[in-house]
Amino acid sequence: MRVSNLVESFELKIKAGKDRLHEEVTGGYASDLLSDVIAHGRKGNIWITIQTHPNIVAVATMKELAGIILTGGREPDSDTLQKAEEEGIPILLSPLLTFELVGRLYQLGISGMSPC
Amino acid sequence: MLRTFRADLHIHSCLSPCGDGEMRPRAVVNQVMAIGLDMIAICDHNSTENTAAFMSAGYERGLTVLPGIEVTTKEEIHLLALFDRWEDCMALQDLIYQNLPGENVEEVFGCQTVVNERDETIGTNRRMLIGATLLPLEQIVSFVGSLRGVTIASHIDRPAFSLLGQLGFIPEGISLDGLEISSRTSKEEAQKRFHAYQHYSFVRFSDAHCLEDIGKNITHFVLKEATSEEVKMALHHKEGRRMVEQ
Repeated sequence: MRVSNLVESFELKIKAGKDRLHEEVTGGYASDLLSDVIAHGRKGNIWITIQTHPNIVAVATMKELAGIILTGGREPDSDTLQKAEEEGIPILLSPLLTFELVGRLYQLGISGMSPC
Repeated sequence: MLRTFRADLHIHSCLSPCGDGEMRPRAVVNQVMAIGLDMIAICDHNSTENTAAFMSAGYERGLTVLPGIEVTTKEEIHLLALFDRWEDCMALQDLIYQNLPGENVEEVFGCQTVVNERDETIGTNRRMLIGATLLPLEQIVSFVGSLRGVTIASHIDRPAFSLLGQLGFIPEGISLDGLEISSRTSKEEAQKRFHAYQHYSFVRFSDAHCLEDIGKNITHFVLKEATSEEVKMALHHKEGRRMVEQ
């Protein structure tokens, strides 16, 4: 499963990183606390969040995430987009709320990690 | 004798990963003297390792520099803690360092430069200062209170890393001394938007990360002297200490 497959399946709006949609998606993580994503996000994860500030790009870069999906129709800040383009991190938008989108991602075969 | 002090009590140094490399003691003090402020505070993210250098650089020019920290709580709320005594600020830093996971990634978050009072680089902080501590808001507020420091919720008008952005409300029974409004929101707008929190004092500071932003948003305090103890009295309207519009 690649980021581009998610874009097609859920009609996600591409706001940044359109050249990086071929990345393999290893799983998903949903959280709005950056420290939580830093602790539990895994390389290649697609990250589902409502946060829109530039620090989400820094976290995604550090954790080598496959991309970020902003839910509930939220628009990223302009400096977030600029940073995402620089770092090559896809920023994708969905009008769905987090619970709904995560459920559909799971149905498509994207899973989270099991707690250990 | 009470008099008015022009204060910018939220300034970052080159220790904050997001702070500009030029934010060094002499450079900052020069800028502050040039624009004519009476007191400042250095509040880096989760660390006070540069404050002693700024305090001595200020002392040389007769400028009061308060030691402070902008703490990131477990809820990812930014909270300003201000002190008079550097030792008290260090006690807060000790608590933070015991509860701050991770190492900084310079390429991603930026450099964390430790300097002396002559603006020279003397080291690099390796901790992930941009990260969140494991300490809940209430615990930090009461710890700072026990050291007689001042607590102010940072930029409550911003959606990211603010008390209202993260929690949506101010919890009952929390003994915050004030709420900071950023330069993005006018005084009139703030009065309207945060009407429900009128029983708190609103302050305005720059949150400067570069020299040119210093003093762009300030608060005028009526105090006896430039101390955090006096600022705390002003935030609670005690014994004539107060904030005034200019």
